[in-house]
Amino acid sequence: MNKIFAKQSIVVPIVSIFLGLMFGAIVMLAGGYNPITAYNALVSEIFSSRYNIGETIANITPLILTGLAVAFAFRTGLFNIGVEGQLIVGMTAATIVGIEFGYLPWFVHMPLSVIAAALAGGLWGGLAGYLKASRGVNEVITTIMLNFIALYLGNYLIKAFYLEPGTARSYKIEDSASLRTDWMTNLFDGARVDLGLIIALIAVIAFYIILWKTKQGFELRAVGLNHHAAKNAGINVNSNVVKAMFISGMLAGLAGATRSLGLFDAQTIAAAYTGLGFDGIAVALLGGNGAIGIVLAATLFGSLKFGGGGMNYVEGVPNEIINVVIASVIFFVAANGIFKLIIKPFKAKRKQKGAAS
Amino acid sequence: MSNYVVEMLNITKKFPGIVANDNINLKLKKGEIHALLGENGAGKSTLMNILFGLYQPTEGEIRINGKKEIINNANRAIELGIGMVHQHFKLVEPFTVTENIILGSEPTTGGSINYKKAVKQVEEISNQYGLQVDPHAKIENISVGMQQRVEIIKTLYRGADILIFDEPTAVLTPQEIDELLDIMRNLVAQGKSIILITHKLKEIMAICDMVTIIRRGKGIGSIATKDASPEILAEKMVGRQVSFEREKEKAQPKGPILKLNNVSMKNEKNVNVLNNISFEVKAGEVLGIAGVDGNGQSELIQAISGLRKINGGQITINNHDITNKNPRKIAESGVAHIPEDRHKHGLVLDFMMTENMVLKSYYKKPFNKNGFLDYKAVDEYAKKLIEQFDVRTPTIYDKARSLSGGNQQKGIIAREINLQPELLIAAQPTRGLDVGAIEFIHSQLIEERNKDKAVLLISYELEEILQVSDRILVIYEGQIIGEVYPEETNDKELGLMMAGKKLTKEG
Repeated sequence: MNKIFAKQSIVVPIVSIFLGLMFGAIVMLAGGYNPITAYNALVSEIFSSRYNIGETIANITPLILTGLAVAFAFRTGLFNIGVEGQLIVGMTAATIVGIEFGYLPWFVHMPLSVIAAALAGGLWGGLAGYLKASRGVNEVITTIMLNFIALYLGNYLIKAFYLEPGTARSYKIEDSASLRTDWMTNLFDGARVDLGLIIALIAVIAFYIILWKTKQGFELRAVGLNHHAAKNAGINVNSNVVKAMFISGMLAGLAGATRSLGLFDAQTIAAAYTGLGFDGIAVALLGGNGAIGIVLAATLFGSLKFGGGGMNYVEGVPNEIINVVIASVIFFVAANGIFKLIIKPFKAKRKQKGAAS
Repeated sequence: MSNYVVEMLNITKKFPGIVANDNINLKLKKGEIHALLGENGAGKSTLMNILFGLYQPTEGEIRINGKKEIINNANRAIELGIGMVHQHFKLVEPFTVTENIILGSEPTTGGSINYKKAVKQVEEISNQYGLQVDPHAKIENISVGMQQRVEIIKTLYRGADILIFDEPTAVLTPQEIDELLDIMRNLVAQGKSIILITHKLKEIMAICDMVTIIRRGKGIGSIATKDASPEILAEKMVGRQVSFEREKEKAQPKGPILKLNNVSMKNEKNVNVLNNISFEVKAGEVLGIAGVDGNGQSELIQAISGLRKINGGQITINNHDITNKNPRKIAESGVAHIPEDRHKHGLVLDFMMTENMVLKSYYKKPFNKNGFLDYKAVDEYAKKLIEQFDVRTPTIYDKARSLSGGNQQKGIIAREINLQPELLIAAQPTRGLDVGAIEFIHSQLIEERNKDKAVLLISYELEEILQVSDRILVIYEGQIIGEVYPEETNDKELGLMMAGKKLTKEG
């Protein structure tokens, strides 16, 4: 377990979160809002009822999957900024399959829709991986570009073939494709918790097992840590790059499935990205690219996102400031190198004093 | 007035958990060349970093010219006239020699750099000490030997009287080493004092007046070279008797294992880096490839091990064509490879030692069970190898990064030899290692040969080539330009061949 929970990887995020919240408090004070009541509202929004807990979980679920997607590529030394696009492609595939094959029984239709999302996302990611492996094109550039293509391609397909007249969204998916189940909905007082949560938790376990228990994972990690040594040891670096991007894209595609098959029952014509793919980068970073770390990080982000709403109703903190608070947490985590830089001279001074005395 | 320019007295340096220097004394006289001898990790660098102001000693004091000083940064060290010639040069490649030398203390007139003056100063220093450099040449276009002279001039330009040389001969050819030794003699003749960090006993005997020896952080003492011999020094350094002679029976080569037939390789600029190379390595012999760094050795290894494709010719193992096959296919046909750069190609530094031990065999039984790795089997195997080859690591689960160079190399050798290869390629197998580790590695290579394996040794160290090989080929500009037997040649002749002079066998 110490692979996931290195001592340093737990201290740094906690300090980062704390500093982020402190900075958020300063921003709120500057804006004339009381940070104590605001943070209070945030906490109670998350935990006050079964419904709220359920909605928080619904916010966490896709972040677990996008966080895993980013981390999986990262473990192979790849920076997949295209999780957003892979998610949209997966979501679109799930929507289409979810609308089309209504004659199938649910136990075929729902898994089929989910698998379609995973495959579509995987192919979208694998494309960037293939370009990197065969032509050496940097995956950062290709995935950013593929994000744009995914967004507008998804919108186009929905608009052209599946738009429900008079709305800005597709037809509802068939019930047989839905991830919702009565027992989960009832358990959380009608909140939008669904089988997406189970998918995410299975993905967490699969992520861990693939990377740390299989031959394939050994290769992926070797390539990620030192591709020269991996190549020298006879590992096919290029095929591992494609595989890593494919699996990463699959995880992103599953995140997409939880949107259209679960949360919304349909796909909206989107003016902008969902942001979940980019949040996934922060989640992976905060979670130290480890399975459990990602669950914790996604929990933090999802909770802040949902609970932030409470700060708005109770203390009247505007959404902009709530986003500043969330962003400052991310900033402090991403910039943890900065505190090391700040802390280091202090440490050195202390050492010198010790040596001189 | 003391006649010592540097006195490091009872220096102790503690880091959390370890004592890197334990009560070490080093006294350098004016005009002296003083060797600092010790194994890797003995604490030589720590001691010199203390002198150069990068670390503060926990206990002890430093006197410069008899006066007690606290050197708390490198600038202070430079002010006191201490200069360091680093092992890995700190030069800006696209800059000229002059630009590199003046970098950081440029002569200026009215805010702009006065290059004329700078060039003149460089030339003056260069003439005074016999350090031949071209002030206008770019670093990337000059030889390693000249780059090192630039580093020396850099310290002199900053007014150094006390020069620290950190393993200066590791990167040089035999001829360049001779030149460097002349330069050092010249420097002390003109009143400079030198501390030479090294573990090469031959150089110490050739040039130094005094030797201070450190073993595992402890000062063993100082001794005048006229009272010492390489055997005495080695024993003091390692703490036990070390043999310099490689005990080996005469080779009894059998049939050829590796055959290269007219192998050629072009680089990106379409220039031949390997030019019609043909040779064979027989079972039961060590074939040494001698040559100066950059004459095609790396490419030759890459060609045989499948890391780079060749443009012409054929490579076979046991008459089995392996030309341009992938590295795994080649490994499976019986080729093991101790790579030149162990950090880049040999190990995944952030993998545990257990994982590194199976880096080439993880996909086979018993480690791979239907796609899942049996980590228990991996751990057992790694444990066996690590014990068998005496790889010193706190636990088998430590990252390869945390081991010393010698132990990392032992780990690689353990892994490669356990592949039971027909051909073992050893590229620079002892680079940067101390005599104890070198002795171990050489004996392993010879043992493989005795088991009728073919061993291909590529090294820039002449001594290593001469000691270990049964037959020697010399490579120059991508071509094999000669074949000699170690008992019929000497380092002078080999050195000339490495510089491109063909053996003229008349008659």
